[in-house]
Amino acid sequence: MALDAGLVGRSYPPSAVYEVGRAKIAEFAAALGSTDPVHLDTEAARAAGHPDVIAPPTFAIALTLSAAGVVVEDPDVDLDYSRVVHGEQRFVHHRPIRAGDRLVATPTIEAVRTVAGNDLLTTRVDVATEDGEPVCSATSMLVARGAA
Amino acid sequence: MTARVRAADVAVGTELPERVYPVTRADLVRYAGASGDLNPIHWSDRVATSVGLPGVIAHGMLTMGLAGRAVSDWAGDPAALVEYQVRFGRPVVVPDDDTGAEVTVRGRVAAVLDEGRVRVDLTVTSGGEKVLSLARAVVRLG
Repeated sequence: MALDAGLVGRSYPPSAVYEVGRAKIAEFAAALGSTDPVHLDTEAARAAGHPDVIAPPTFAIALTLSAAGVVVEDPDVDLDYSRVVHGEQRFVHHRPIRAGDRLVATPTIEAVRTVAGNDLLTTRVDVATEDGEPVCSATSMLVARGAA
Repeated sequence: MTARVRAADVAVGTELPERVYPVTRADLVRYAGASGDLNPIHWSDRVATSVGLPGVIAHGMLTMGLAGRAVSDWAGDPAALVEYQVRFGRPVVVPDDDTGAEVTVRGRVAAVLDEGRVRVDLTVTSGGEKVLSLARAVVRLG
């Protein structure tokens, strides 16, 4: 089933506020085996010029994945999720995510394509503070493998 | 907030130290909890094989995260990665044993950009096969 090209540019309302906690950053860093003190120790982070501990560069996925769920649930987006794999991922950081951030995530459908029977859906999730300061953009390309 | 590696000290062709990261089933469970990605193909052989995979596979985002760590550790500053992108090629199959799989990350400076930034191209393999392609980071050096 080809995706409707008219979906390109469709935006969804901002997510609920996600409050970034120090323990969550430490947990995410530990899951990557990172022991860099800027993830774990507020004093070390401050000594490095950050207001508080900062998250690893791929941390945003913890909120953008669920924020992109609204695209998945959009009845106009006809994608077979039982056949979906993660094709590509990109992050553009305006500044590191840090403990204490109150973030909202706003998804936009950036591209739809059909290649060799596979449906490709590219969604960009813009992450900003609730006051509107841009923090990062996370772009995910999902591939729904066509039936063999 | 400044990278340990200085832009003046690198050129096109500068290589990052190779890093090898073991990935066990326990690491997948830890990453699932930390990221909120509870897809059972990352912890259930039954579900993984039912969708045609050889067995439980690592989260693509875990592999991307490990490769990002290799770049951060080289630069000496996780905030230095201002852009980072990958294409997920081949899955990393993680056997249910004590050693698991290994993810090997190599990188080289592929371009020197403006404002102290460089582009690092990464080669990420597991079991001798490339698992990520077009894996690139823009890194702001000191």
